[in-house]
Amino acid sequence: MIVRIMAEGQLEIPDDQLDHLNELDAELEKAVSTGDEAGFRQAMSALLDAVRSCGTALADDALVDSDFIMPPADASLAEVRELLSSSDEGLIPG
Amino acid sequence: MGLMQRFSTIFKAKANKALDRAEDPRETLDYSYQRQLEMLTKVRRGVADVATSRKRVELQVNQLQAQSDKLTEQAKKAISMNREDLAREALTRKSGLQGQMTDLQQQQAQLQGEEEKLTLASQRLQAKVESFRTRKETIKATYTAAEAQTRINEAFSGISEEMGDVGMAIQRAEDKTQQMQARAGAIDELIASGALDDASAIGGGDDISRELEAMSSHSDVESELAALKSGTAPAIEPGDASGGTTASAEAATQPEQEGQS
Repeated sequence: MIVRIMAEGQLEIPDDQLDHLNELDAELEKAVSTGDEAGFRQAMSALLDAVRSCGTALADDALVDSDFIMPPADASLAEVRELLSSSDEGLIPG
Repeated sequence: MGLMQRFSTIFKAKANKALDRAEDPRETLDYSYQRQLEMLTKVRRGVADVATSRKRVELQVNQLQAQSDKLTEQAKKAISMNREDLAREALTRKSGLQGQMTDLQQQQAQLQGEEEKLTLASQRLQAKVESFRTRKETIKATYTAAEAQTRINEAFSGISEEMGDVGMAIQRAEDKTQQMQARAGAIDELIASGALDDASAIGGGDDISRELEAMSSHSDVESELAALKSGTAPAIEPGDASGGTTASAEAATQPEQEGQS
């Protein structure tokens, strides 16, 4: 499967990593929904580490959709919440 | 997947919405390609803007460093003249500058990071746009409008996502740079107003320098006086520190001085 880390690009991830990433993602979602800043940072970096360590970067000229998209690595909790709640505007400027 | 899934859904919906579909699907290709070229220009401009901000901050760091060095010199000079109070004042000002420098150095590092990220984003987008262009030409040459739709959807895969990603990266970089520029502007004003110069310019409006100089000339006057008192005294008002330079110049011309000083 393909995961995009926003502002970094796309990575190919072996399918057998899905369960592990799911667990980390669930942690992240929990932290975001409860507004737990420390938990968010921790879960975010754990998920980023996992994706980066088991993923292989796609070629720059590859034109494929991602299966999953992660917020930018340096995004704050507030930014992530805003991105998730925004429905009509803000994400794609211009 | 929880959060990544939700995020993907929202992001892709927006990315697709940004693509206007033309009547003839093949025209959509050309239209999208134009948008891609515009985005490429935009991201390159973004890289240049961030680089400009970074250089400005670097310049400020250098200016503050030079001022900080001057204050260190002044503190040393003050200590050599047994004026701990002046040395303390110089070091206090230096530590004030240090805080600003640390802040600026952090900004510099952040801007450097943004610049690198945008440069890579620009390279990725360029490679994808080129790849898209090749596919576009193939589709236009090979397929009728009716046949083209599936191929077109394939060609759009990835590129609209990349466009959305790059668009957001530029937006975030602009937001960050703007915040920093406001702070950099405040420091430029501070430097221009002379508030920082005053604390360090030698012989300028700097009160530490002035006092150190006054002390130097005062002690010159005292030693001259002592020398004169033990020899033939010319008519000089004692304690007239402001006339010190003239006094010592005159004193140096007195031949009686030579043997006794």
